[in-house]
Amino acid sequence: MPRIIIQLDRVGMIYQTGSGPVEALNDITLDVAEGEFVSLVGPSGCGKSTLLRVAAGLRPMTSGSIIVDGTPVTRPIPKVGMVFQAAVLLKWRSILDNVLLPAELAGLNAGAYCDRARDLLKLVGLAGFENKRPGELSGGMQQRVALCRALLLDPPLLLMDEPFGALDAMTRDDMNLELLRVWGEATGSAGRKTILFVTHSIPEAVFLSDRVVVMSPRPGRIADVVDINLPRPRSVETRATAEFGQHSLRIYDTLTGRKAGAAGVPLQALS
Amino acid sequence: MSNAARKLAEILPAFVLFALLLVLWQLAVSVFGIREYLLPSPTTVVNAMFSGHINWWGHIWATGLAIFGAFLIAAVAGIALGVVIAWSPMASRALMPFLVFVNTLPKVAVAPLFLLWLGYGILPNMLIGALIGFFPVVINTAVGLMQIDDDMLDLGRVFNAPKWKVFAKIRIPNAYPYILSALKVTATAAVVGAIVGEFVASQRGLGYVIITSQSSMNTPLAFGALVWISVLGLVLYGAVAALSRVLAPWAEGQER
Repeated sequence: MPRIIIQLDRVGMIYQTGSGPVEALNDITLDVAEGEFVSLVGPSGCGKSTLLRVAAGLRPMTSGSIIVDGTPVTRPIPKVGMVFQAAVLLKWRSILDNVLLPAELAGLNAGAYCDRARDLLKLVGLAGFENKRPGELSGGMQQRVALCRALLLDPPLLLMDEPFGALDAMTRDDMNLELLRVWGEATGSAGRKTILFVTHSIPEAVFLSDRVVVMSPRPGRIADVVDINLPRPRSVETRATAEFGQHSLRIYDTLTGRKAGAAGVPLQALS
Repeated sequence: MSNAARKLAEILPAFVLFALLLVLWQLAVSVFGIREYLLPSPTTVVNAMFSGHINWWGHIWATGLAIFGAFLIAAVAGIALGVVIAWSPMASRALMPFLVFVNTLPKVAVAPLFLLWLGYGILPNMLIGALIGFFPVVINTAVGLMQIDDDMLDLGRVFNAPKWKVFAKIRIPNAYPYILSALKVTATAAVVGAIVGEFVASQRGLGYVIITSQSSMNTPLAFGALVWISVLGLVLYGAVAALSRVLAPWAEGQER
């Protein structure tokens, strides 16, 4: 039995707004095993990004419990690395110093992490960019730096909130392959990070994940969990297989409520 | 085009216009025979600026000191208050109405009071300049410290980074461009304040030279003092602009 890295047990979250309480999350129960890649897909406002932040202890849940790597989450836990839709790099720092930021914020000796930071940059193909400023890098490169920053302290859990959502389609496909490579797809599940990945792109979720969690909105709840048993390592060809299409269609149908064989339903809620 | 040539092409239009205006001014004065006490020609002004009859360096020193002091006080007090406001919502609620009230006061009208309390000298002139110049620094510092991406703050929270560390490593550098653009405003405000102080009461300084030259109808002298004042202002402004290129190079080209 693989070790469970993140255990969500009946997690609910209600937040107060000017017009009364809003239920953002309802009865979310999910276990993610070590080395597993799980995506959360759903329309805007289904609470998938909120769930990610609740899991990191950044937002308080109203009910239920979360355990990350044996630690109950009641406040932010330094066991997660986070990557957001925007790279949010510090414009005044060099690339290397941006990657080292978590060490500084956590009160560790940044100097001791220098070699690791350089190795990570090399891993994502940014060797030689250590002394550049974020402004000199493209969007895709900046997001690679953000990934290195999230990996610096070697957290057991990586939380990614639509990390490639702001990139153009081709760069995004490249980054998907790149992420799987950095994750260590080819080396087998031992020693891999556990990744919880939020996206509103069905193909992206299917391509990357071991499991796709489909969420429905207002309140955000789990509508379906789809096992993606496509062989790894995945490649460009994976996207052209029939299985890939079947998984995508099943998720699409869950999200839109379309009956099999019926006419297509626009996915406007997703875009 | 080489770098130097591009720079030259950039400043050339302003330079040509400036030269043209000077020539027109000089011609107008001699062609129309305008009297010197009404409008002295550029050459007369330049002569007055370097005339040995008056202790220019003493006056420049006095005014320069008042301007620099005003700028420094405004910068330090403004940044400190801005940090306090951004740090504590309670301090913000307590201070802001008071600061807005102070800012609505016509500072020039307060000048005689400062002289009453502090007597003649450079200090009251500095304080008037500081009073005029500090408000934009407070506001911009506070805004710069608070205009930060939520995700960036989450990054700090994940690592349980103490508040001071988030300020030191994220918020304060983030505020540099805001603070520096306020300091450019303050640089000019400090000049105004210092001269107003000298107008009200003083025995030294370029403002004093203007007041006394007017009573003796020595207009070239007044023009000379005016040019020296603008030289002081330009030096200070240039220094702030240079500082901003060093401290916040990433923000260069974003403003204007």
